Amino acid sequence: MTDDPTDDCLRRILRETKTVACIGVSMNTIRPSYFVARYLSLKGYRVVPINPGHAGKELFGQTIVGSIRDIPKDIQIDMVDIFRRSEHVLPIVEEAIAHLANLKTIWMQVGVRNSEAAELAEKHGLQVIQNRCPKIEYQRLFGELRMAGFNTGIISSKL
Amino acid sequence: MTDRPTYGFDTLQIHAGARPDPATGARQTPIYQSTAYVFRDADHAAALFNLQEVGFIYSRLTNPTVAVLQERIATLEGGVGAVCCSSGHAAQIMALFPLMGPGKNVVSSTRLYGGSVTQLSQSIKRFGWSARFVDTDDLDAVKAAVDNDTRAIFCESIANPGGYVTDIPALAEIADAAGIPLIVDNTSATPYLCRPIEMGATLVVHSTTKYLTGNGTVTGGCVVDSGQFDWSQNDKFPSMSQPEPAYHGLKFHETFGELGFTFHSIAIGLRDLGMTMNPQGAHYTLLGIETLSLRMERHIENAEIVANWLENDPRVDFVTYAGLPSSPYAERAKTLYPKGAGALFTFAVKGGYDACVKLVDSLELFSHVANLGDTRSLIIHSASTTHRQLTPEQQEAAGAAPNVVRVSIGIEDSDDIIADLDQALAKAAS
Ligand SMILES: Cc1ncc(COP(=O)(O)O)c(C=O)c1O
Repeated sequence: MTDDPTDDCLRRILRETKTVACIGVSMNTIRPSYFVARYLSLKGYRVVPINPGHAGKELFGQTIVGSIRDIPKDIQIDMVDIFRRSEHVLPIVEEAIAHLANLKTIWMQVGVRNSEAAELAEKHGLQVIQNRCPKIEYQRLFGELRMAGFNTGIISSKL
Repeated sequence: MTDRPTYGFDTLQIHAGARPDPATGARQTPIYQSTAYVFRDADHAAALFNLQEVGFIYSRLTNPTVAVLQERIATLEGGVGAVCCSSGHAAQIMALFPLMGPGKNVVSSTRLYGGSVTQLSQSIKRFGWSARFVDTDDLDAVKAAVDNDTRAIFCESIANPGGYVTDIPALAEIADAAGIPLIVDNTSATPYLCRPIEMGATLVVHSTTKYLTGNGTVTGGCVVDSGQFDWSQNDKFPSMSQPEPAYHGLKFHETFGELGFTFHSIAIGLRDLGMTMNPQGAHYTLLGIETLSLRMERHIENAEIVANWLENDPRVDFVTYAGLPSSPYAERAKTLYPKGAGALFTFAVKGGYDACVKLVDSLELFSHVANLGDTRSLIIHSASTTHRQLTPEQQEAAGAAPNVVRVSIGIEDSDDIIADLDQALAKAAS
């Protein structure tokens, strides 16, 4: 399922996820990672921003932490969303598996793919999405992209 | 970005984009006749204006009825997104606008609708753009015409006035090697006969005025993006790859990925050029498009019967229809357009210009109009009308010589179409 998840699978992940750790989120308001993290927080997800360069600052009402192991233990992370180059993904996934007891999903952004990391995550019972953007998938699956003429692939006669 | 459609074309032409109306449950897509849309709160408004959230703001940019048509056409063409606009000509400008700039050129097929030849050879010069026309059967000439300032290759799939089918994969290869997009006007073929994106095209433009609406009610246009072009592979497309000052330096390709071109077309193109489709127009086209495949099947069946009959008539010099075995493009048509070569063709009448004029005036069932893709059979003498502004050489290259008439074969009974042509040819010959 890693490279070509079904719409049902994506929908389920986006529904069951409550808290997302965004690895590599930028403070620059026009960077894609900022766009995505802000969007997810607007949609009601709790977004824990991770960026060692800005640890301690605030973003979307949350304190930025320097790494996965620095996330306060009382925050249960459901999903890790990775904005790092593919070759840097493996140690992030290893750290996530070691430190995030509640973790269910590893999500790699558009252009990010790492099969070794994906296999490791799946071996630990995690769902893995690669080369996708949760913002775009959310907009596509829950109606927003319909408003701007995108091909959502959704055919339904239900309300 | 989607699971590839598992539904067939006939299902998609009815359902794509059109779920029941969320507000009322209305099954047919309502006509949302509203200029503006209320924001939930200031944050919502800010997010919409910053392109951080997608939603309705103002109908110059997006409208719920138009959006359904956009998704419908994007889906039928196999693109990621589409923007509708006020006419086919508007769509052509909307497609070129993000690519071009002063001093840049588009390499275009000579075989185009006459209005498109004029738009590209004359009017775009006022923007500092230019076009270089080439015979797209001469691939070396196409390659030679592309230079460092070329920003796109432009062609029609089945060319108006007819008889010619373009080798889209060959042109796509040339465009690809040059790092520029191929734009295909798919008006005459429709996605039922031809899906240019599957053949390597980056953008598809339509005059929805024609077959997509199908009954001659409204003008409209559409630009579909394949989502497959890498706008950041070179420095040729700063609108897509460089910071956009109007949006705080956001880069459309980087921020929106494969959705970038469509977002740009809305946020910059429609916002500033304002060539918007209105919801009434979208409504008519949505009604028409539901029966596209059924109509196209009959258009083609009739076109083949009528072209055959004309070819065997002694009063006719020749028929240029790629669906006839005698056509030099018969093989290409069979390979690239297996469902048919469209319903648009020309034929030459013995007796030249005068006989053509007499023929057109003598027809009862055929309408003498400057249009195509109607349910009704249509005829026009291109040289004295649509292609009048062209030089004799341009007319010849476009397939609109003085001795030929162009027909758009409708979906009436083919016997009746033939009977009408028969009696008018008799008068033209007398
Ligand atoms: C192939 C083709 N492209 C574009 C156009 C222009 O479309 P519109 O008249 O909707 O502007 C036409 C119109 O005849 C056409 O036939």
